[in-house]
Amino acid sequence: MSDATAKFGAPAKVPAWVNLILIPLVNLLAAFILSGAVILIVGDDPLQALEVLIYGAFGYPDAIGYTLYYTTNFVFTGLAVAIAFHCGLFNIGAEGQALIGGLGVGLAALYLDFMPGWMVIPLAIFAAALFGGFWAYVPAYLQARRGSHIVITTIMFNFIAASIMTYLLVEILIAPGGQSPESREFAEFTWLPYLHDFLPFPNTPLNLSFFFALILSGAFYYFMWHTRWGYEIRVTGQNETAARYAGISPARNIILAMVISGALAGFVGVNEVLGVHHRLILDFSGGFGFVGIAVALMGRNHPVGIFLAALLFGALYQGGSELAFEMKTINREMVIVIQGLIILFSGALEHMFRPRIESLFKRRKATATAEA
Amino acid sequence: MELFQIIILLLDATFRVATPLVLAAMAGMFSERSGVVDIGLEGKMLGAAFAAAAASSAAGSAWLGLCAGVVTSLALSSLHAYACVTHKGNQVVSGMAINIMVSGLTPTLAIAWFHQGGQTPSLSGDARFQPITLPFADAVREIPVIGYTYAELISGHNILVYCAAASVPLVAYILYKTRFGLRVRAVGENPHAVDTAGISVELMRYKALAVTGILCGFAGSYLSTAHGAGFIREMTAGKGYLALAALIFGKWKPVPTLFACLLFAFTDAVQARLQGVELPIVGVIPVQFIQALPYILTVLLLAGFVGKANPPKSIGVPYIKER
Repeated sequence: MSDATAKFGAPAKVPAWVNLILIPLVNLLAAFILSGAVILIVGDDPLQALEVLIYGAFGYPDAIGYTLYYTTNFVFTGLAVAIAFHCGLFNIGAEGQALIGGLGVGLAALYLDFMPGWMVIPLAIFAAALFGGFWAYVPAYLQARRGSHIVITTIMFNFIAASIMTYLLVEILIAPGGQSPESREFAEFTWLPYLHDFLPFPNTPLNLSFFFALILSGAFYYFMWHTRWGYEIRVTGQNETAARYAGISPARNIILAMVISGALAGFVGVNEVLGVHHRLILDFSGGFGFVGIAVALMGRNHPVGIFLAALLFGALYQGGSELAFEMKTINREMVIVIQGLIILFSGALEHMFRPRIESLFKRRKATATAEA
Repeated sequence: MELFQIIILLLDATFRVATPLVLAAMAGMFSERSGVVDIGLEGKMLGAAFAAAAASSAAGSAWLGLCAGVVTSLALSSLHAYACVTHKGNQVVSGMAINIMVSGLTPTLAIAWFHQGGQTPSLSGDARFQPITLPFADAVREIPVIGYTYAELISGHNILVYCAAASVPLVAYILYKTRFGLRVRAVGENPHAVDTAGISVELMRYKALAVTGILCGFAGSYLSTAHGAGFIREMTAGKGYLALAALIFGKWKPVPTLFACLLFAFTDAVQARLQGVELPIVGVIPVQFIQALPYILTVLLLAGFVGKANPPKSIGVPYIKER
């Protein structure tokens, strides 16, 4: 009996780089080709657009600062969506959790500023995790204990969060005498330091949250693959019945994964509210929560992949604003089209190219074994 | 008479707001009953709204606009089917991708084609669906209560409002009394049984999603060529999700879903009227609370605090044929 027949029925292995690099790149390429077609339709030159995009994202020091600042948000939401995915859950509510997390940051900075800065900043970060985590806890509890579908509940919670934020900013937290729905500016000592405050770096919104995001990425890896909690979450996600049989409580892990997910999403508030705007405003979450889904999908739920995917989307966001200036008919919205197409190809249509590419490699491997 | 008039006006506004919700919820009914989650209702409506307004302003005919809207929505729905049924992709991700793509694509195309900052030119005359005065409406207006209600509330809407009203019994008939409807419900409950009976699960889901596309096209066209006078960016403003909430709140059944849509639309109409009004006992109710009410109600329902929701059993699960 040859090796090939002995393994019949078992999934044949393809080289890891095919799975982790080649297939995501093919999906990305497909998305970019279609985006190029859209640019052609609206009457511009796709190659020139790509050039502007890349230069706008990485071409000069300011651009890099902005790109990394957006990347920070996407690392937070990407990790948030990924930990839910590991538990077999779809957290579509990162947007709402980011908003409520930002609310926590804002409340801490607004009402605790009688304390010194070195106390307020950690408290504000803690508040982001607490508030964001709570906003994910409710849907998680309803999923785990009452069986309501988490996708629907988290969608609803996004809308409820937006309503709460509007109410609070219009009626209660609005700056005294202010016209627009935003709070007063925080005291300056509560601001998260910018990178250019202590490094020779141009003035950009890039702040310490970036390093916080990197630390969390490392912690995410350790937690997921080197602790019992991470293991239990992954088992629950792979097979709930097996988890229960092994004495792991699925309900507890669903809640744990979602609370961590909400806390991670809430950190968008740290970057945006404490790091950049220094006041509570409406809509600071800017769709980062939804893009987090794409980031997690592209990054294969692994921190390294998530960082690379976040960098890609950060570059798209920053380069996209350049497009509006440089090109005749393209504007910022083009970037949203590209995002949508990336989600489509690397998420919904992930099974379109995969079997063909995989069979290509399996066949090559089979002939290699036959010759040997 | 004063109070009566207010009620009639409120209900009139309710009908106008409910129309796109009803059409979109009926659209979602087919998709979800056939076992395919559709959070892309929002994107399909937005795409249809843009296509309808663009075609209508180019051709000067609201009917051609409607055709363009339906075709666009149908194309997006087919894309959803291609991803979810043919390639067994994640249905939520696919819906999400469609929503995001369309929300970027519509202003991009609008700016390129119309140069008005993401809008289409404002429509008038035949390029919009005009109110229809039903027969005898003017004659019976003077009859108290019944005549007034007929003239003010029933008459004087555009054709798509009546389409929405007709869609509910029609959808109920199709779902419960025709072979097609039975099969749609069956693939949503137990696709293996349907497959065993020699019916293609994939084809049924494609057909159901086609109906979803057509109805969503009506819903979107209504927004830009009947209710509004042209396309504005993000003009669906969450109505697709609200329709989805209504569908769930109506427990995936046509008539309860209609009432859920009317309830949500009514809260919207009341909200517009109650702004800043002091009520006895409770005082001023925040607008935002009333706006969030449909979502809160849906969460409560799903949590089992308001009746029990029974989703189609195979919803969200791609069908993999055994070999």
